[in-house]
Parts: sequence; C-alpha cells; structure tokens
Amino acid sequence: MREPHRITPHDYSVEKRPGWSAFFAGLCAGRLAISAILSLHVLMLAGCANVNPRDPLESYNRVVYAFNDAVDRNVLKPVSEGYKFVVPRIARLGIRNFFANLEDLWIGANNLLQLKVGDALSDWMRVVLNTTFGIAGLYDVASDAGLEKHNEDFGQTLGWWGLPSGPFFVIPLLGPSTFRDTSAWYIDAIASPFGAAIGAIDSENVAGIRYGLWTLNIINRRADALGATTLIDQAALDRYTFTRDAFLQRRRNLVFDGDPPREKDPDEESRVREEPSGQASAPVDDAVVNDATSARMTPATVQSEVQAHAK
Amino acid sequence: MFSRVSQWIGVLAFGCLSTAALAQELAPDVLVKSVAAEVLEIVRSDKGIWAGNPKRVMDLAEEKVLPHFNFVRMTALAMGPSWRRATPDQQKLVVDQFRTLLVHTYSAGLTAYRNQTVDYKPLRGKPADTEVTVRSEIRQSGAQAIPIDYNMEKTEGGWKVFDVAIGGVSLVTTYRDSFAQEVRANGIDGLIKTLVEKNKQNAGTRK
Repeated sequence: MREPHRITPHDYSVEKRPGWSAFFAGLCAGRLAISAILSLHVLMLAGCANVNPRDPLESYNRVVYAFNDAVDRNVLKPVSEGYKFVVPRIARLGIRNFFANLEDLWIGANNLLQLKVGDALSDWMRVVLNTTFGIAGLYDVASDAGLEKHNEDFGQTLGWWGLPSGPFFVIPLLGPSTFRDTSAWYIDAIASPFGAAIGAIDSENVAGIRYGLWTLNIINRRADALGATTLIDQAALDRYTFTRDAFLQRRRNLVFDGDPPREKDPDEESRVREEPSGQASAPVDDAVVNDATSARMTPATVQSEVQAHAK
Repeated sequence: MFSRVSQWIGVLAFGCLSTAALAQELAPDVLVKSVAAEVLEIVRSDKGIWAGNPKRVMDLAEEKVLPHFNFVRMTALAMGPSWRRATPDQQKLVVDQFRTLLVHTYSAGLTAYRNQTVDYKPLRGKPADTEVTVRSEIRQSGAQAIPIDYNMEKTEGGWKVFDVAIGGVSLVTTYRDSFAQEVRANGIDGLIKTLVEKNKQNAGTRK
C-alpha cells in the first residue's frame, strides 16, 4: 500500500522560498540555531524510511512532549486548578482581558505586516477603547462595541508571506510548535508590548514584578485551558498524535484567517465505497476528502494559496 | 416552482407537524440553529447537568443531537484507506466504538458550557447543493471567537453532520493519523481493541 504522506523533505526547506519569505527566514535563522536543527532533521530522515513528513523529528518530539506533560501534570496543572479554585471567575476574566489588551498592539502590528490595514486599525482601536473605557484593559468593551478580536502572531505573518510551517517541533516547556513558529516565537517574545514592558520593568530592577506577571499570565492561561486538556485526555487514542494533528490544523487555519483553501487529495482511490451491511451507501466527493486532508500541503499548493491570498 | 409550492404547503402545515417530522424538511443551517438552541436551553436550565450528572448529559446527546450525525461516514473518513479493507463486521465495530468515544467527548464538552453566545454566519452555496458547511462562532470576552463549522450532507432522513471543525480543527482529520497509526501497528482488530479500552477507561473515570 502507498504511504499517505505527500510532502517531501525539501518542501519545507526555508532556503527555497524567495523574496520576502527569504528575508524573514534569514532574519529568524540568524537568531536561532536553525541550521543545526535542520541538519539534525536531515540526518534523521536518512535514518528512518517510514517517517511522517510533517513530523520527521517524532522520536525527539515524543520525548520532549512526555517531559512537558510530566511538568504540566505535576506542577502547572495542579497550581492552575488551585488558582481557579481560589480566584473568582470575574477576576480571572479581568486578568485574561488585561493581558489580551497588551497583546492587541502586537496583533495589530502583525496585521499591518500582512497588509491587512483595516484589521490593524481595528486592533489598535480596540487597545484605545479597552485601555480607557475598559479600565486599563480589565474589561473587553471593544468586543461589545463590535470590534472583533483577532488572532495573529509573527509565525502567522511568516506563513502569510508564504513560508511553510516546516516540521512539527515540540519546544521544551513551551509546547507544540513548528520550525517556522519556533523562530517566530522568539520575535514575538521580544517585540510584543508584553515582552517589551517586562523588559522595561527589569531595567528598574524589580524582578519580582517581572516574574510575577509572567507567572500570572501563564497560570491564568493554563486555568482557561483546563477544560480543553481534560477533553484531550478523554478523546485521544494517542495524546501526542492527537495534539500534533490538531495543532498543525489549527495553525494552518490561523495563517489563512479561518478560510484555508481546499487541496487536491492524491488518496482519492481510498474513498468510501462500502458500508456495513444494512447501511445506506454514503457518497463521498472530492471536496470532502480534500477537507479531511487539508493539513497536507505541497509546494505548488502553497504557492497558489499565497497568490490567491495576496489578491 | 415545485419548491415554492412545497414551501407554501410547509407554511400551511406548520402547526400540525411535530418537530421530528419537521427536522427532515429543515434547511441545514436552520436545523443546526434549532438543535443547538434547544440543547443549550436544556443545558442552561437543567440542574442535573450543571451538577455534572453524566447520565443526563448522555441522554440529552443521545436524544437530541446524535440523530443528526452520520457516524458511518465519519468513521469511514477517519479510517481512510483502511475502511475498505475492513470486513463489514469490523466496520460495524469501529463505528460503534468511535461513536461511543465521540459521544463521551461531546458530553464532557457540553457540561463545560456556560454563558457564551453563539452566532451563525449566512449559508453559502446553492439551494441544490447536497453538501454544505454551516458556520457558527462562539463569542467570549478577551479572546478571539471560536469558529465551529458543521459539514453536512443531504440524506433521505434530512441533513446529517459528517464532520465538525472547531477552530479549523476537523474532528475526522484529527483522528486520521491516530487511526492509521493503530492500524499500522496492530491491524484493524488492534484499532477496535484500542477504542474499546479507551471507552472503558472513559466510562471508569466518570462518576
């Protein structure tokens, strides 16, 4: 049987993307030891024949995933549960809104980098409204006023300009990511107002506040996600595979702002033709199968998607 | 012409029809909206569900939600090429177990529901389409709205959901690699065994 994998290793080599993406790739590669990871990746590809092309580092990723999971189960999750128990819902909501308001500045910047000027202005208008009428961002009055919150970061900006996500990559302590998003995360961390504000506090030598804010943000987020992780525990046959596949789909969806293009599926012959006895036969068309495999990309589709996107 | 006549008949007969019979005539977006509204209303008002009574939630899902899903097609899509290699008996077992797993997960998600509002986007496509995507969004403070898309197909028994995508994450696609992984390692019977064990484990954790 043919393997369902459709990407070849060179599909996600960053050097092959011209123009802007090459510029951004260079920018990030300089900051991180990406080349080292890439060569490791090539070594591993040479070593295993039956490798998932979206996850050539699976054996490494599984180890880090298990480590992160252990840290979460033993430290972060219990602390977040205690936090959720002690801190009233309204306060948790205020804290979430406060950090979300800071993030909106950087989200607007990323929308501008993606040439979505209207969205960028909307994001910054949100900051103005929430910081003033929303009392330093504790209340999200902008959403009530009809200004939608967006989800952007530098990884999505790179994706918008055509840089493929590259292999799945689990960062120690930080969790699921990809090569592209790992490098972009570094930019997010230093360029976002939150990061900058943290840095400014640091210069006044009040490290307590700095780490306190970091911790509060992380615990508050983890408390928000308690329901989601319980859901994964119940739903997943293999939590690693489930998390990876959900994460990669989510990121692709975010890059295309919720409307990723459909793709041609090479596995068409594997469509449903038979049903269990007594059941009516269900017709399956291209679009459905394409949807079900939309996380898999080829260089040609990436290129055409980007062109379609730029219109 | 014919559709206009049937619309009028529908309007005239509206008062006489039971909701179950009506469901077969409803447009897909109207169907999703009415089912969601009904279920959420029950979740909001039922003290047993608020207290996390799993039996009540499962009953609610079984009665109101599941009739609108095509689990055979969901399973076939999740299994990919393995579906055709499975015997009818194996197919039936996988469908049953996968259904149990999804019902459990769905019920767990339902109990977490609080006061978010749900918006529906206008339906795209032509009236003759036999497959549509109903798009909705859950709005929440301080976070981007979560889109929930229902992929639906027209069947003789009304419109049926065959995939749900939450935030762009398709349920069927997310299970694809997991299923393929099990089948590669232990065959289709191995997949069935894993699903059975997972369901037992879930039933055990439930109070």
